[in-house]
Amino acid sequence: MSNDQHSPDHLSTSSTESNHLMDETPRHADPSPAGQSAPVDPTAERHVVTDEAVKADLDLLPEDTELPEELRNEVARGEVILDVKDLSVNFWVNNDWFTAANKLNYQLRAGEVLAIVGESGSGKTQSSMSLVGLLPPNGRSSGSAKMRGVELVGLKGPKLRAIRGKEIAVIFQEPMTALNPLYTVGFQIAETLRTHFVMSPHAAKEKALELMRLVEIPEPEVRYNSYPHQLSGGQRQRIMIAQALSCEPALLIADEPTTALDVTVQAEILKLMRDLRHRVNAGIILITHDMGVVADMADHIIVMKDGEVVEGGSSAEIFGDPKHPYTRQLLDAVPHLGSSTEGHDHSVVTTLVAREGESVPLMEGPADVTPALLFENAAIEYPKQGRKPAFRAAHDVNLRVDPGEVVGLVGESGSGKTTIGRAAVALLPVVEGSLHVNGRDITRAGHKQLFPFRREVGIVFQDPGSSLNPRLPVGESIGEPLFLHEKLKGKALSERVEKLLDSVELPRAMRNRYPHELSGGQRQRIGIARALSLQPKLLIADEPTSALDVSVQAHVLKLFQNLQEEYGFACLFISHDLAVVEMLSKRIAVMRHGHLVEVGPTAEIVNNPQHEYTKRLIAAVPVPDPHKQRERREFRDAMLRDVVS
Amino acid sequence: MNNDENMNSEERLDRLAETRSQPGDHSPAGEEFVGEEGPISIGAVETEEDGDPATSTQLDDTDAHGRGEGVGEAQEVQGLSQGQIVLRRFRRHLGAIFGLITFFLIALVSLLSMGLGPINGLWRNQDPNKYFDPVNGGEPTLQFPSWLGGSAGGWFKLGPFPFGQDELGADNFAQVMQGVQTSLMVMLVMGIIVLIIGVTIGALAGYYRGWVDNLLMRLTDTVITLPVIVVGAVLGKLVYTLPAKLNAPDKVINAIQDYMPVELAIALGLILWPSMARLLRAEFLSLREREFVDSARVSGASNFRIITKHMLPNAMGIIIVNITLLMSTAVVLETALSYLGFGIQSPNISLGKLISTNQGAFATRPWLFWWPGLFIILIALSINFIGDGLRDAFDPRTKRIPSQAKMDRAFAQRARLQGAGAAGVPTGGPQVDGPSTTGATRSGKEKR
Repeated sequence: MSNDQHSPDHLSTSSTESNHLMDETPRHADPSPAGQSAPVDPTAERHVVTDEAVKADLDLLPEDTELPEELRNEVARGEVILDVKDLSVNFWVNNDWFTAANKLNYQLRAGEVLAIVGESGSGKTQSSMSLVGLLPPNGRSSGSAKMRGVELVGLKGPKLRAIRGKEIAVIFQEPMTALNPLYTVGFQIAETLRTHFVMSPHAAKEKALELMRLVEIPEPEVRYNSYPHQLSGGQRQRIMIAQALSCEPALLIADEPTTALDVTVQAEILKLMRDLRHRVNAGIILITHDMGVVADMADHIIVMKDGEVVEGGSSAEIFGDPKHPYTRQLLDAVPHLGSSTEGHDHSVVTTLVAREGESVPLMEGPADVTPALLFENAAIEYPKQGRKPAFRAAHDVNLRVDPGEVVGLVGESGSGKTTIGRAAVALLPVVEGSLHVNGRDITRAGHKQLFPFRREVGIVFQDPGSSLNPRLPVGESIGEPLFLHEKLKGKALSERVEKLLDSVELPRAMRNRYPHELSGGQRQRIGIARALSLQPKLLIADEPTSALDVSVQAHVLKLFQNLQEEYGFACLFISHDLAVVEMLSKRIAVMRHGHLVEVGPTAEIVNNPQHEYTKRLIAAVPVPDPHKQRERREFRDAMLRDVVS
Repeated sequence: MNNDENMNSEERLDRLAETRSQPGDHSPAGEEFVGEEGPISIGAVETEEDGDPATSTQLDDTDAHGRGEGVGEAQEVQGLSQGQIVLRRFRRHLGAIFGLITFFLIALVSLLSMGLGPINGLWRNQDPNKYFDPVNGGEPTLQFPSWLGGSAGGWFKLGPFPFGQDELGADNFAQVMQGVQTSLMVMLVMGIIVLIIGVTIGALAGYYRGWVDNLLMRLTDTVITLPVIVVGAVLGKLVYTLPAKLNAPDKVINAIQDYMPVELAIALGLILWPSMARLLRAEFLSLREREFVDSARVSGASNFRIITKHMLPNAMGIIIVNITLLMSTAVVLETALSYLGFGIQSPNISLGKLISTNQGAFATRPWLFWWPGLFIILIALSINFIGDGLRDAFDPRTKRIPSQAKMDRAFAQRARLQGAGAAGVPTGGPQVDGPSTTGATRSGKEKR
């Protein structure tokens, strides 16, 4: 019986020691039986006894629930664990088989990270999910994927279940939806363990705590009994990773593991995964669209487009010398942080920084210009909702946007940046201080007074799918402000709509289409066209490109820049992506926990940040260049160490 | 139907061509990828090297972007408006189509045979309460054709009383058809009332929230507590006693009693609207958080316009589904009330009342049950099926998964085709060697 190797005991030493142990001994390499690795504390002693007792039972288990013979021996570092040949994934759509992924070929060795890069719809996720049999019922995989000799394609029933979780584990994109909200996170880790090993509840808990320590969850004993909603996004993702690692899989599939997280949290999770690589002997398939993450993690890269592999090679080859034009386009489309570095003088500091207990003062502007947007000591609240009390999302904000100027507003999720954007178009009330738009005080304006104000502002929303009425043809959506404010109808209206479509580079015939027929990028162009229909003096862009693929994002940003030059509107550009903001804006405001922490010219914020938080934020942004990224990483780790010490 | 589909696919192709040739996300012409070396076309490069016609069509798309998520589904609905998509999905629902056909046949037979109001129908006896001499001992004269195991030869034989006669000699067919009409009328009137009250209250409560919501929802809660049977009973009593007590002229009393079914339908509508109001409120609560509502507000639309133009059309699915299901409830409820003697009373006829009047004759004249019972079941069932079909059609998450066998066949066929294609063309799709061996042996395609 291979119980010795598969029993998770060798992690169950005390937390501080385990890291060292993991570093030096390869997985499963400890040849001594579980009892002899001599744990110190009595609880562990007890669970070893249980394990011994359980071993006898194990022999009685029916054979078919066990792993295939080939997978029972231990994994050696460098061994080929996954050999994929001609793997295709097809979907049955509209009475035909639609090819989602076509003839993939790759090999993965233990201890390596293989990144599959591609944009949405490239088949990167589906091809990997087919390995664990997680395709929807109308999907089908063909070809061959051998995991240490076991064919995964077409595997079904108990055999597949024995491999899932045990040999192949998956880290999903959105930990909130991947964890069951009804159970404590500790239970969910223990559940995975007890499914695959015959283990007492107590032993499973011990092991789960051990894993939680491994992924650096603070106070694991307390967190063990927490529910997913009680943890932060980063902690939830750590739990997901702990769960995935619980059975020491030979293959780990990470499907966009950091996409739903903030940059600083993303940097921490990536650091954790990098550390884990050296500790556990698993091969990792990293599915992502983020070239920065790839540069940070990957040994080998496969680039996919429309279900086809266009290029594959080592990380250095792909980044250093991309052969395929698509790869080059993809790399060029990624906005680089630090593009404004040239000619920056580090000696002059003009940024305004929040001091302890104070807020950022208002930046002085030319006296003869009426600012397009002016927040003065403004506080913004989400109004009371039934029994839910009012929530103040932004405190004491001082911000000024001059006509024709693009100001970037950067912050992590929950920092209140969207709140500011929504307040600027009077969707949320300003409860303290004042808000002027184009010289008009709209702090306490009613519905009637707001009507003329609506002409002068426009907003582009984050999710182009949700911001267009699905029941209206997009032409009607674009024309609505024109109809409401200029009472345009019929021919005059359609002429204006056509002009707007021209200006966002969409075909005129598209006005009769419905939003669901358009791609994400096209929808966002429609959103921009609608926001610009009345030629507003102020445009609020609330993360307009965060839902788009990088290459589409590049197009939309370019278009946005051109339109800004053409129309000359003032713009508050809200984004979590510093590189995007750097590209577009003249000044940047950094926000955190509802407070502005730093406001200043773009080059200064990016190259010479003053506030502690801004420094951390900028250091956490991954750069799509493996060498540069390594430097940045080391710099960041050093900085964090300084903070700790 | 076949023609229709052909047209659809043609239209789709046209649309496709139109997107391809115009600037936009899909086109090479209007949007150039800004890279260091300027615009690059992948399509050209790829097609040079691999002559596979299947892949080259895909690679016409020279832009560097993904196909977008859910690309498969997008293909399925390309070029269709929301309404068309719903219609297509509905047409696929076999049960719903059967329900629809059954329902229309019943309505048609009932209307054609008994006419509508003062207009006479085609059936020889237009007065369901008129007595005749018994024919064939009151048994149904309807004879089934021989291919259904009957004795009528090639086709149905109706005879003078196809559904038989009751103890007094009245025509059961005329009565049942009249009863069906009553049921349909009750259903329709109730539906309209529920629609008006439920949608108004639900929409206002969901849109305005706050005290408006509180007030309207407490009202809704109060109405829910009213027991339907008791209300029906009280109404029946009032209709027959109140006008007389108030010394109303005979004409008024008669009119009130004649229109009893309409009054019952209105009463049912006034009781049954809460479920609609609650559902719509929930839908509005979630819809108002959607960004298109915000964007309508930012463009200066009034509350009324936002509710009617932007939110209600998006809640249409829920409204339609709920109203159909309520209608089938109404049919059953009306018959139940009438059966208990609280609903529709003589001289008006309802299916429930027919069953209740003839209760005593179950052993001797069972056909007096079968026919009204059969029609109650058919009406309620067909409406339920239509409602189910509509629910599936409006639910964007429903996907049609074809049978395993069909998929297998298509898969095998495709594999055959590909096998044949591969024989003609030396190397098919692009290949990448394992990462561990990359660099050493690249496939010719990437070497270039």
